[in-house]
Amino acid sequence: MDESYSAVPASGTDATSLTNGVQQSSVELVSGNEAVALAAFDAGVSLGTGYPGTPSTEILEAFDSLGGRAQWAPNEKVALEVALGVSLAGARSIVTMKHVGLNVAADPLFTAAYLELPGALVVVSADDPGMASSQNEQDNRRYAVAAGVPMLEPSDSQEAYEFTLRAIEIAERWRKPVMLRMTTRVCHAKTVLRRGRAPSIPSPRAADFRRDIPARVMIPAYARPAHKRLRTALAQIAEWNETADVNRIVDGSPAMGIITSGISYQHVREAAPEASVLKLGMTYPLPFGLIRRFASTVERVFVIEEGDPYLAEAVCAAGIPVDAKTEMFRLGELNVGRVRRILAGDVSPEPQPLPGKPPALCPGCGHRSVFSSLKNLNCIVSGDIGCYTLAVLPPFEAVDSCVCMGASIGVGLGLRHALPPEQAKRVVSVIGDSTFFHSGITGLVEMAYNPPPTGHVVLVLDNGTTAMTGFQEHPGTGRTLDHSATAKASIEGLARAAGVRNVHVIDPTLDPAAFERLLKECLDKPELSVIVARRDCLLAARTIREYERMNARCN
Amino acid sequence: MRGVTNIVIAGLGGQGVLTASDIVADVALHAGLDVKKSELHGMSQRGGSIASDVRFGREVFSPMVPVGEANFLVVVEPDQVPVNAAVLSPSGIIVEPSQFPADKLRSKKSLNVALLGTLSRHLKFPEEAWIAAIKRRLPEKLVEVNLEAFALGRG
Repeated sequence: MDESYSAVPASGTDATSLTNGVQQSSVELVSGNEAVALAAFDAGVSLGTGYPGTPSTEILEAFDSLGGRAQWAPNEKVALEVALGVSLAGARSIVTMKHVGLNVAADPLFTAAYLELPGALVVVSADDPGMASSQNEQDNRRYAVAAGVPMLEPSDSQEAYEFTLRAIEIAERWRKPVMLRMTTRVCHAKTVLRRGRAPSIPSPRAADFRRDIPARVMIPAYARPAHKRLRTALAQIAEWNETADVNRIVDGSPAMGIITSGISYQHVREAAPEASVLKLGMTYPLPFGLIRRFASTVERVFVIEEGDPYLAEAVCAAGIPVDAKTEMFRLGELNVGRVRRILAGDVSPEPQPLPGKPPALCPGCGHRSVFSSLKNLNCIVSGDIGCYTLAVLPPFEAVDSCVCMGASIGVGLGLRHALPPEQAKRVVSVIGDSTFFHSGITGLVEMAYNPPPTGHVVLVLDNGTTAMTGFQEHPGTGRTLDHSATAKASIEGLARAAGVRNVHVIDPTLDPAAFERLLKECLDKPELSVIVARRDCLLAARTIREYERMNARCN
Repeated sequence: MRGVTNIVIAGLGGQGVLTASDIVADVALHAGLDVKKSELHGMSQRGGSIASDVRFGREVFSPMVPVGEANFLVVVEPDQVPVNAAVLSPSGIIVEPSQFPADKLRSKKSLNVALLGTLSRHLKFPEEAWIAAIKRRLPEKLVEVNLEAFALGRG
C-alpha cells in the first residue's frame, strides 16, 4: 500500500510545450492504441487504413475521433496497398492490423520495402501473445527480418506515441516502410502519456506525384538494384540504431544484465529491480555494438522476451553469449511472476489460472437457429473467424474446422472433393459477412470454377456488422468507418456474378423450420448454393437503425 | 511491488467492470500518481468473465497485477471470487455486493459504482476526488444515479 498519496503534486500538468505544431500541456491516461492515433494525428498523417482485429482495432477508431481520415479496407492487403499509394504520393500513411493480418498483407509488404517512398508508411502489427482473441500466437518480429523492414517496439503508451513519431521520421529519412510492433498489453493497457515530452519531427510535405520508374516499378531489372539499396539502407539504420535514443540502459548491479524490449521490459523492471537493463526500442536492425558493450559490463546476460526466442537467437548468432528462457516460456504471455521464474531457472509446472465463464453466442443471437439446424442435419461445418466460431462450444459443438479469415470456403471445397459422397454431401462452409468481404470472394470464384461433384453449400451469416471486434463497418454495410453512407456491396450479387446459380436470402430467425428446410434442400442437390442468412446482430441492431436514419436525413 | 496499490475488478461482460476500473484509474491520475490499467478485450463482450487490473503509486512498471499481490479484489459478480482468488495477497481485501445494502440500489446497473463506494473506504483519496472522477467518466444522465450508488456503497 502506498503511504504517500499527498506527497505527490495534486494535479498532473507539465509545463506547456509545443510538439509537432500541437500545444500540449496535459497528462493523459490513454491506451497504447490511442497513443498511436494521437501521434499519427499530431504528425499530420494523411490517411489511416486497416482491417479491424483485436488488439489493433481502436487505433483507427481513435484516429477518426480525433479528426484524422480513417478508413476500413476489405482486408489488410488492400489496406497496405492503399497506404503504400499514399506514401508514393508523398503524404504520410499508417496501416493497422492484428498479427495474422500481416500474413494477408505480407505480399505488398515484402516488395514495398524495395521501393523508395517519399512519404512515411508506418505498418502497425498488433501481436497477441497468449491468444486473448486470436487463432495463433505468431511472433511478427520475424516479419521485420524476413521483409527487411525496420521495427520499433514500444512498451507503454508514452513510447507508443513517441515511437510512432520516430517511425515516421525514420521512414522518411530512409524512404522505407517502418513496422511498429505492438502486443496486446501495450495496445490495451492505459498508461500515462505526456505528449509535451515527445521530441518533435519535421512537418509533412505536400502530396505531389514525381515519376521515379526504377525506384517504383519492381521488374527484375529494377528490383535487383532496389534490393541492394534496401540492404544499404538497413546497414545505415543499424548504424543509426547504435546511438539512437530509442534504446536505453538502466544502470544496476554488474552481477546481472538483462536485454529486453516491449512489454517484457515492464515485467523485468518489477521482477528484477536490481538488475542492469538494456531496453531495445528498435529491434530490427539490431545495434550489435551497443549490445556487445552492454554485455561486457555485466557478469551474466539474460535475454527476456515474449514469444519466439528472436532476440536471444540473433544476439547469440552475433557471437555474444547470453542466457535465455526455456521452451516452456515461448508459450503464452509473460508477466512479472513468469519473468521471476525464468530468471530463477524455475521450470517446475506453473499453476494454471482457473477458467472463467467462457463467452457464448448471445441469447437471442440469429446465429443460434442457424447452428441448431446445422446440428440437426448432422452437417460437417467448415468454419471461419467471427462470433459464430463460438458455436464450437456446447451446446452446439457444430464447427469442425477454423483456421484463418476466409478459409471456410476453400477448406469446405477440399473436404467435398476428397470425402466419400455420403459425407461430402453434408459439408457446409459457414462464413460471416465481414469475413466474406475480407477473403471469401476468391473462395466463391474457386467454387464456381472447380465445383466438387456433390456440389457445395456456402452459408453467409450476415449480421450487418463486424461483430466480434466491436461492431465495425465493412463494404457490405453501406457505411464507412465513421458510419456515413457509401456504396453497399451485395453478397448475393457477388455470388451470382461468380457463377453460383442457387442464391437464397433468408432471415433464419423468422421461421427457423423454413430455414432448415431450405438448407436441407440445398444439401440434397449436387449443385452450388449460397444461402445468405441475414439478420442484424442483436447487440448492434439499434445502432444500425440510428445510422440508417441519420444517413437518410443527410441524403 | 513496494509503494504500489494493486486493485483487480472482476465480473462478467456487460457489468461495468471496465467503467469501474476507469474511474479508479482516473482518481489516481488526478491525485498525481503514476497509473496503469490493463485487461483483455475481445471475447468478454459475449458475456464471458472479465477482470481489470488497476495499479497506482509513485512508479508502476508492469500493467498487470502479479499473482498474490492484489491489495483489493472487487467483484461485481460474487461467483467470480474463486476464479480470481489467486491474485489476492494474503492480507488482501475482497469487496463484494454483500457488504452494503445492494437491494436498495435504484438501478442494478450501478452496482459497479456502488462497489467503488465500498472500496473507497479503504483508500486515502478524499470523497470529492471520487465524485469528480464519476462526473468525468460517466455520461451526464447517468451521473446522479451513480453518485447515489457510490454513497450507498460508501455507507
